[in-house]
Amino acid sequence: MPNPTRIEVNCTTGEVLEIELTDAEVAELAYQAELAADAKAEDDRIAAERAVAKAALLERLGITADEAALLLG
Amino acid sequence: MPTFTQIGSAVVVGSGGQATISFTTIPSTYTDLVIKISARTNLGSSVVDGLGVSFNTGGTYTVRRLYGAGSGTPASDTTNSAPFTTASTATASTFGNAEIYIPNYAGSTAKSFSVDGVSENNATAAYAGLMAGLWSGTAAITQINLTSGSAANFVEHTTAYLYGVSNA
Repeated sequence: MPNPTRIEVNCTTGEVLEIELTDAEVAELAYQAELAADAKAEDDRIAAERAVAKAALLERLGITADEAALLLG
Repeated sequence: MPTFTQIGSAVVVGSGGQATISFTTIPSTYTDLVIKISARTNLGSSVVDGLGVSFNTGGTYTVRRLYGAGSGTPASDTTNSAPFTTASTATASTFGNAEIYIPNYAGSTAKSFSVDGVSENNATAAYAGLMAGLWSGTAAITQINLTSGSAANFVEHTTAYLYGVSNA
């Protein structure tokens, strides 16, 4: 299976080239994808923790999210 | 009065998709540069993807981006992945769009840049954001690379245009 390609526009000549990525470039892309996935998983974990903590606080206070918004508004 | 001149050729991604869009050998004859991009990526399980922006080679990037996700509190972080392009689970055939502005790109000091972008989605989860950045390189910018922030591929019909701004 061929590697993904990149498109390159030479702004001086106007030439447009479609170039197959090297194996090193593909590996770098895969590494960047892994980093991005890790970062997204961490963001999702933090968001989930905040949602749980918020629900627990509202329950302790005995008010709804709308009522909390009224208090803070 | 400032004038916009298209540089090079318009990029229209074909059916195979593209991992990277590069504008190379950019002449130093303008004051500023502007890129306008309409993009969607094949990033799975997501309505949104970032737009990676880099110049020439090397150097470091210091950025701050602010974005809203359609609900909840807007967020801020330092990821060099501009908001935003549309990804695979967003409404079919919709594309995000962004404008990248690079003032004084041919100067001999570090280069600032800013990005204003939105994703598209016919649902609550749609993103809008701004990013301000500084690239440490002191050479004139002669190459700009655009990538998916998640190393996905730009899909067919993604388009990008580069403009030179004179007398800005």
